[in-house]
Amino acid sequence: MPIQYYIYLCLALFSIGVTGVLTRRNAIVVFMCIELMLNAVNLLLVAFSKMFHGYALVQNAASTTGIDAQIFVFFIMVVAAAEVSVGLAIIVMMYRNTHSVDINFLNRLKN
Amino acid sequence: MSIIQILFFALSAFAIGSAVMVLVSKNPIHSVLWLILVFFAISGHYILLNAQFLAIVNIIVYAGAIMVLFLFVIMLINVKKDSEPQKQFLVKLLGVLAGGSFLTLLVALVKQTAHIQGRNLLMKDGVIGLIHPLGKALFTDYVVPFEISSILFLSAMVGAVIIGKK
Repeated sequence: MPIQYYIYLCLALFSIGVTGVLTRRNAIVVFMCIELMLNAVNLLLVAFSKMFHGYALVQNAASTTGIDAQIFVFFIMVVAAAEVSVGLAIIVMMYRNTHSVDINFLNRLKN
Repeated sequence: MSIIQILFFALSAFAIGSAVMVLVSKNPIHSVLWLILVFFAISGHYILLNAQFLAIVNIIVYAGAIMVLFLFVIMLINVKKDSEPQKQFLVKLLGVLAGGSFLTLLVALVKQTAHIQGRNLLMKDGVIGLIHPLGKALFTDYVVPFEISSILFLSAMVGAVIIGKK
């Protein structure tokens, strides 16, 4: 399978996430689109790790090239889980103060 | 067309269709459910790439834990279905335009990159995605980041509790 297919798939998923962040006004949906972008990047990291692993196996049959990328994906998932717990706590606090999760109401730092 | 290609295109269409439905759905609960389907499709891609550990972790952590947290918060704060007014058409149009041009730019960049022309992926072979090599690398070369991530989790937990208590 050519690497381009995976790059195009991940770019499409990432762009859908960017479009969601730009168009939606519900803070929770915006947050979900950020998760979508994180997952697109994870998939691309795994695809590149398999590409470099395939080329390293030709030289050395016992090579573990590319394992770093999968560890990175694991750590990205760890950080995403921590980020979601704090972010959702912030959204709940925001809702308690303003009774809304609409991001257009959250421009009070402007003044 | 081999079975791997058929699976790849089916999973890709499934992932992109579900991702579009995340944006289009008016109800945030439907968005969460569509996003869970996207994560399942991405886990299918991981299995296709023989990254079995990441596939299972993706299902457990993302589809299992994070999305349940989202659903829990949405049901807790009871978001109204039609809280978004309809006069936002221009913003939506500009957002779709910006996302589309972003995609076009990146695709054009990838098309003329010389590095990756004709490079292929190793699909179902290779052992780096299995638990044994990953666990060995995680607990030898990456043991310090692993311990630091536990501190990160502790601080995130403390932060969430403090923010939630106010």
